[in-house]
Amino acid sequence: MHDDDIAVTMNVNGERRRARVEARLTLADFLREECALTGTHLGCEHGVCGACTVLLDGDAVRSCLVFAVQAEGARVTTVEGLGGPDGALSPVQDALRAEHGLQCGFCTPGFVVSITALLAENPNPNDQEVREALSGNICRCTGYQGIVKAVQRAVSS
Amino acid sequence: MKPATFRYHAPATLTDALTLLSEYGDDAKVLAGGQSLVPILAMRLSRFDHLVDVNRVDGLAGITRENGHLVVRAGTRQRALERDESVAAHVPLLARAAPLIAHFQIRNRGTVGGSLAHADPASELPAVALALGAEFDIASERGTRRADAATFFESLWTTTLEPDELLVGARFPVWSGRSGFGIREVARRHGDFAIAGAACALAADDDGRLARAAIALFGVASTPWRAADAEAALTGAIATDVDAMEVAAAAVRGLDPTDDVHASGAARLAIAQHVVSLALSDALAEVRDAR
Repeated sequence: MHDDDIAVTMNVNGERRRARVEARLTLADFLREECALTGTHLGCEHGVCGACTVLLDGDAVRSCLVFAVQAEGARVTTVEGLGGPDGALSPVQDALRAEHGLQCGFCTPGFVVSITALLAENPNPNDQEVREALSGNICRCTGYQGIVKAVQRAVSS
Repeated sequence: MKPATFRYHAPATLTDALTLLSEYGDDAKVLAGGQSLVPILAMRLSRFDHLVDVNRVDGLAGITRENGHLVVRAGTRQRALERDESVAAHVPLLARAAPLIAHFQIRNRGTVGGSLAHADPASELPAVALALGAEFDIASERGTRRADAATFFESLWTTTLEPDELLVGARFPVWSGRSGFGIREVARRHGDFAIAGAACALAADDDGRLARAAIALFGVASTPWRAADAEAALTGAIATDVDAMEVAAAAVRGLDPTDDVHASGAARLAIAQHVVSLALSDALAEVRDAR
């Protein structure tokens, strides 16, 4: 704790969260350390890999490029907020599993959030649109084919 | 990969924002979308004692039509350029450039003003502003001024903005009548910075003679770069007679792009010529089809 710490309040997955934080704390670190929501992963911490993608007031953003204090009053949805309350997988998560859209799983939370945001805006994307929308998320295991198939499965489910 | 400490300011009004910038000068940096600034801070390429977050400044975002211009307020998210129908209708080049900017997750946050003020020479919006002859509204405690895109970009990541100044809006002229536009780029992956790109705007009279032509290249010099010789060759020509390949060769004459990890200077030059021919062909086709 420092004297300069700033009080921040936001809604995360439907719960009100309040903390005093350093201004330099990223939203990603806030979610992981203050909220113990470690589903949001940190790969590069400079906006390249997409693993930390969350919904900020409904829009997919990289949570490593937003300071927690900037989310004051905002509504944040992490990967933990996308499944059912009983832990049931969301249709996107289910499709990723069915199509082998993950191997090590490190990048998967970011893909789940990006795909969810894509389908919310464009419920029936073509292959090109899927690939463009997911070009900002890096996966080093799958070669992406299973991920793209998973999106098409989620569309038809 | 954590930024160094800074004092955070989130002014709610333009007046308060300008007061902070005036007070802290070089020690402060404006935080807009943060999609370039936060990585720079995280990698500690730069550090500032004060960040002035303009995201909560009242009235700093929005798109309006005004006297032959489309005025895009600086805090407007890049994503809004794709969604706002007035952009597609009045400044199609801007609407077509938007999907080329990074990834949609970045455009959800990144701002138009931030991209222009950051002035990365490989980015799309400075080149579009240069091609269309946009003007920028700039405010400080000392007053307001209007800058031409043609003189605003000074060098790599450097504009004529003073430390106490804030870019508050960009005025994009509406090219009405028979006109055509194109923007093309080559990047390693979709969303990466362009190795080279070109934006082209053409306006023709009723007979199909080009009355106005603009070609701006990006990724090939320390600022976006206007291909003046090629533009001169186009002006007065009949649209259907233009040889896009020939004009593209003229457009890159005199350029000497540097080598980097993504491409050699020679490759970059060849790519630049290629994208000019594509962007120009798109614009010419649109002029021909325009009624």
